[in-house]
Amino acid sequence: MQDLELIGGLLSVVGAVFLLLAAIGIIRMPDVYNRMQAGTKATTLGSILFLLGIGLANPDWLGKILLLVLFIVFTNPISSHVLARAAHHRGIPLAEGSVRDCLSDDEAGEEGGCE
Amino acid sequence: MSVYIIAVFGVLMVFAAVYAIYSRNILSAIIASGVISLLASIIYILLAAPDVAMTEAAIGSGLTTVVFLLALKRINRLRGTEEEDVDA
Amino acid sequence: MANQLFYIATAIALLAVVVAFLRLLKGPDPTDRVVALDGMTITSISIITAAAFFLGRVIYIDVAMVYALVSFLGVVAIARFIERGL
Repeated sequence: MQDLELIGGLLSVVGAVFLLLAAIGIIRMPDVYNRMQAGTKATTLGSILFLLGIGLANPDWLGKILLLVLFIVFTNPISSHVLARAAHHRGIPLAEGSVRDCLSDDEAGEEGGCE
Repeated sequence: MSVYIIAVFGVLMVFAAVYAIYSRNILSAIIASGVISLLASIIYILLAAPDVAMTEAAIGSGLTTVVFLLALKRINRLRGTEEEDVDA
Repeated sequence: MANQLFYIATAIALLAVVVAFLRLLKGPDPTDRVVALDGMTITSISIITAAAFFLGRVIYIDVAMVYALVSFLGVVAIARFIERGL
């Protein structure tokens, strides 16, 4: 019992570190697309670890916490995708050093190796 | 711990409110007002009022944001602009 | 021992919310601000669940679920407005 709580606490600390890294990525990345991928992937992993840590420390709540984790896993990539599309439609330029813009190529009808 | 969380989120709420007032971009002001509602609902949870928090999150952040966006769309159509920057 | 670990995790998540909020104040475009809002809400869900653990009340997790749903709908509405005007 005590061991499970300790494992949960360590898992929560690791998840919180991932959340902090996501926030640092949001503030330090050069353009909106990089910020979006830093802020979505790292936040999803961090919140999954954090919530699972709390669920391990308190196993009565594990069902609800798993439901919450499932919800985050489903919705977070969708909102990121919609936002990226909106930013591209708005015409925000890519950062310097970006190699390729596949969505523009697709809309222009070019044949390319984007698949 | 609750006291510190309430203090931090209260300070962030004040900054978001000041930004929402002084921003020249209407869409950014709408986003800032949504942030105010979300932070307020966390403070309500920590003050042991989960029902108020649920209502604040649903009304303040969901419905008010959508109503503001609809109003902004109508204003843009009246003015004949596509921009969300309204200098007034 | 384990409780202190949860306190440390909550403090780090609180710091993450503050750091993401700076991008909300600074971001040059509304899209940056929506990205910061998204990151802040997902981090806040973790903080709400930690508060449920500290205070020992399971109903706060339901509030976290409503919070996640509403923030997702808000982000999708704003993105749709940016893309083609709601």
